[in-house]
Amino acid sequence: MTALFRRVDETGRRPVRLVVDGHEIGALEGDTVLTALLTNGPRLRQNEFDGKPRAGFCLMGACQDCWVWTEGGEEIRACSTEVRDGMRIMTREVPWLNR
Amino acid sequence: MAEPVIVVGAGPAGTRAAQRLLQAGLRPVVIDENERQGGQIYRRQPENFIRPAEKLYGTEAARARALHADFESLRPHIDYRPGTTVWGVADEGLLSVRGSAITVQPFSAIIIASGATDRIMPLPGWTTPGVYSLGASQIALKAQACAIGGTPVFMGTGPLLYLVAWQYLRAGVTPAAVLDTSSLATRLRGLRGMMSRARVVVNGVRYMADLMRAGVKLHAGITPQRIEGREDGVTGVLWQDSRGRLRRTACDAVGTGYGLRAETQLADLLKCDFMFDRRFTQWRPQVDLDGRTSRQDVYLAGDGVLLRGADAAEAAGRLAACALLQDRTLPVATDEIEGLRGVIATMDRFAGGLAGAFPWPAHLAAALPDETVVCRCENVTAGDIRHAATALDSPEINRAKALMRPGMGRCQGRMCGLAAAEILAAARGVPVEQVGRIRTAAPLKPLPLDCRITP
Amino acid sequence: MNAFAREPARADVIIVGGGFMGAATAFFLRTHGLSVILLERDLIGQAASGTNFGNVRRQGRYLPQLPLANRSRDIWGRLPELIGEDAEFLPGGHIRVTTRAEDGARLEQYARDCKPWGLDLTMMTGDQARAMFPMVGPDIHTVSYSPHDGHANPRLAAPAFGRAARRAGAQVVEQTEVTSIMKDSVDFIIETKDGGRYHAPLLQISSGAWGRSMAASFGEDVPMAPQGPQMGVTEPLPYRIQPVIGSASSVTEEGVYLRQVKRGNIVFGGGRRSSADLVTKRARLDPMNTLRQMPHLARLVPAMARLRVIRTWSGVEGYVQDSLPIMGPSDRVSGLFYAFGFCGHGFQLGPGVGATMAELIATGQTDIPLEPFHVGRFQRNMEHRDAP
Repeated sequence: MTALFRRVDETGRRPVRLVVDGHEIGALEGDTVLTALLTNGPRLRQNEFDGKPRAGFCLMGACQDCWVWTEGGEEIRACSTEVRDGMRIMTREVPWLNR
Repeated sequence: MAEPVIVVGAGPAGTRAAQRLLQAGLRPVVIDENERQGGQIYRRQPENFIRPAEKLYGTEAARARALHADFESLRPHIDYRPGTTVWGVADEGLLSVRGSAITVQPFSAIIIASGATDRIMPLPGWTTPGVYSLGASQIALKAQACAIGGTPVFMGTGPLLYLVAWQYLRAGVTPAAVLDTSSLATRLRGLRGMMSRARVVVNGVRYMADLMRAGVKLHAGITPQRIEGREDGVTGVLWQDSRGRLRRTACDAVGTGYGLRAETQLADLLKCDFMFDRRFTQWRPQVDLDGRTSRQDVYLAGDGVLLRGADAAEAAGRLAACALLQDRTLPVATDEIEGLRGVIATMDRFAGGLAGAFPWPAHLAAALPDETVVCRCENVTAGDIRHAATALDSPEINRAKALMRPGMGRCQGRMCGLAAAEILAAARGVPVEQVGRIRTAAPLKPLPLDCRITP
Repeated sequence: MNAFAREPARADVIIVGGGFMGAATAFFLRTHGLSVILLERDLIGQAASGTNFGNVRRQGRYLPQLPLANRSRDIWGRLPELIGEDAEFLPGGHIRVTTRAEDGARLEQYARDCKPWGLDLTMMTGDQARAMFPMVGPDIHTVSYSPHDGHANPRLAAPAFGRAARRAGAQVVEQTEVTSIMKDSVDFIIETKDGGRYHAPLLQISSGAWGRSMAASFGEDVPMAPQGPQMGVTEPLPYRIQPVIGSASSVTEEGVYLRQVKRGNIVFGGGRRSSADLVTKRARLDPMNTLRQMPHLARLVPAMARLRVIRTWSGVEGYVQDSLPIMGPSDRVSGLFYAFGFCGHGFQLGPGVGATMAELIATGQTDIPLEPFHVGRFQRNMEHRDAP
C-alpha cells in the first residue's frame, strides 16, 4: 500500500500500534489518526455515494471528509483526534445495522 | 451584567480579544475547537514535538511565540475550553460540545473570532486521495511534521501558494511545480496596495527566488484542467499554460486553494445581518470599523469576517474587545482605538491589493465540466447544479440545494458553497450575489446523537 | 417586473398559494381541462410543503379523513406515470410503536376502527416486530404496522407537481405576492405586489399557514396558529431501515419519528414544536428541542445513538384548533374554495387533496367526504375533536 504522507521530522517520538481493517500498523505518539493512517496507506474512508476512497482534505475540522469508525462503533474525526495505542479503525465498512 | 462574555476561537483575534477583556477586569469564557491555542497560522505542534518556533513559523516566529506566551499568562484567569465546538444558539445560551458533553453557556456578549478556511475551486479529480487544501498542506507540515507527498504540486492562487511551497522546500520536499491562475499582469496591478506592507512583499519575493533557485517551476496565468490519479493517489496535474498550451506535471500530491473563505456560520446562526463583499467576492456579516455587528451583543474580529490576515486579526481582536468595553461605558483610551484602527487600515490596504493581485477565478467554476464533483460530501456535480439552475428553475442557491443537494452534507457547503454559487449564477446568467448564500443550520459541525447536557 | 402584468390575465381558476396543495390542484385541474393560474409568493413548495418530515402515512389519522388519504396513497404509487418522477416515494411501510401499555391499547383500538375505512393494519408484539424490523429497540412492545405506507422527499414533491402543472399548461407564477383579493359580480380579481392583475370566476386559497387572513377577508375566520416542526437529519449510513418508525406515545416529548432515505441519511422529527412567524416567514428551530429528541430516537432505534446529526430545520405550518384542515367550498362566497391549514399532516394528503379539489372545482362534486373539514364548522359550533 502506498503511503500518502511522508514524515519529514519529529521521528524520535514513542511508537504506538493501531489496527486498521484488521492489519496492524505503526504510528507515533502525537500523531493524529489521519497522520497515522496516511503515513501507512492511501485512504481514510470511502464516500457514501460513489464508494471511492477519500483521505481528508482540509485538516482543520471544516470539510468533514475524514470521519472514520472504530470497530467499537465510535466515530472520530481523524484530522483532529490523536491516536491512542491499540486503536482499531475501519476504513472500508461502517459498524451499523446488518442487512 | 452577570453573564460572561464568550470569545469563540483562540487564534490571533480571539487571544487578543480575551487579553483585552481581562485587562478591563472581565473574565471571558474562551471556547476553541482546537486542543491547543494558536489558531491555524500560529497552530501549535503537539507537546511531544521538539522543533523550535523558527522552524515552524519562519519570519513570524517572534509573533507566534508572543501570542502563545501571552495566552499562557491569561490562561489561569480566563475560563478556557479547548477542544470544544460551538454548534448552536438557544434562548438559554450558546451551545457547545466536547466529545458527547454539551454545555449551555449563557452570555452577555459574544466576540466571534472563528477564522477562515481555504477558498476552494473544484476541479475534475480533486476528491482523489492526495489532494489537500493549501491550509491542510501547511498544517500537515507544521502540526504533524509530515508532507502531503514527495513531489507535490501547489496550485491555485494567492500568497499562501508560495509560502507553503517554500516551507516544503525547506523541509526537504521539492515541489514539482507552483501553478498560479493569476497572471503576472494582475499581480502587478495589486502591487500598489500590497506595498503598504513592503516587508511582506519582500518576503514573498524571497520565497519565489528560493523556489526558482531550487529549480521549482513557477507558472503564472495557468488554467487548471484536471487532477489525474488512481484510487491510491494522485499521479499528475493537467493544466493549460498562459499561452493555452496543454501541459502535464507529474506529481504525487496536490495542495490547492484560492485565497480564503471567512468562517461566518456562527454569526449567521446569531442572525447578524450579512452583505456581499465585492472585494473578497463573498458574503460576510456586516460590521463597523471596530467589529460591531447588526446585533448589539455580537462582535466579530479577524479572518472570520474580513480576510486581512493574522497580523490584522490580532489588532481586530483587541479592537472588538475595546468596542465591547466602550459599549458598556468602560474606560478605553481614544488613542488605543485610533492606534488599532490605524494598524488595521494598513492591513486593509494590503488585503485589497492581494485580492486584486490574486483574484478569485470565478470563470473557472462556470467552465467546469458537468461531471466534476463540486460538493464532495454529497457527490453533487457541476452538471447537477446546472440542472437545478435550468430544468428545475432554481433562482437561488438554497433552492438548488433543496432540489439537487449541493451543500447539504456534513460540511454544510463550507468547501463547495462559493463555487456552487458561481456555477449557479453562471448558468442563470446573473451576478453571483443574486443567487445568495447557503443558509446556516445547527449543528454547525456534526453532533453526536448520544450527547448529554452537562452542568 | 412582468411587462404583461398590466393586462389582467384570465383563467377558469386562480389558485393562491403554491404549496403542495396548490401545485397538485393546479395539475389535476388541467386534467379536467380547466385553465389555471397558480400564484406563489416565493417558490413552489418552499414553506411547510418542503420542510416537513415526508411521511406518507395513513395510520393514526382521523378516521373520516381516510377516504382522502387512501385516494392520495393510490396517486403516490402512480406519480411516475402522472408527473414523470417519483419524488423518492418509498412504500417501505410505516410502524407506530409504543413503550406504554395504555398507548398499546389505543393502537389496538385504532386498528379495529380503521378497517371499515379501508385501512388494514397488522398488530405485533415487540418481539414479532423485532423479528421483522431488527433495528427496533428492546423497550418497544406494541407495534402497529401499515405495510403500504411509506415516505417521500418533501423538497421534491411539490416542485415536481408545479413543473408538471406547467407542462400541462397551467400558468405558474412564482415570486409573486398577492396583495388583494376582491370579487365583483362575476370574477375574483387578484392583485399582486409587482402590479399584476388576475381574473377568474373560481378561486382556491391554499396558502398554508397564511390562509387564515385570506379566509378572514371573506368573513370566514378560523381558529388557527402557525407553528414550526423540529426536524433534523443524520449523516448517511448504509440503507437498512425500510419502514417509517413513529412513536405513538401520548407524551409530547416522546412522540418522535424517523425514516431512512435510500441515500442513507435518517430524517427525524417530533416532540415539541416551536413558534413561527408569518411576517418573517420563518419558523424557529430550537436546538434544545433537538437535544430533547435524541434520547427518544435512540429508544426507537438504539443503533442511532452512535450517529451524528448534520443539519436541523423547521418550516411554517398552520395548525387549526381542532387539528383538522380547512378543505372544501366557502360557506359564504360562491366560486371560492379552500385547502389550507393541514396541521403538519398534509404531506401524505397532497396528491389526494389536489385530485379532490380539482374534481370539486371542475364538477361541483366529489365522492370524498369533506364535511368534517368545512370552513364553517367553527361558526356552526361543532364540537371540537381531539388530535388523532
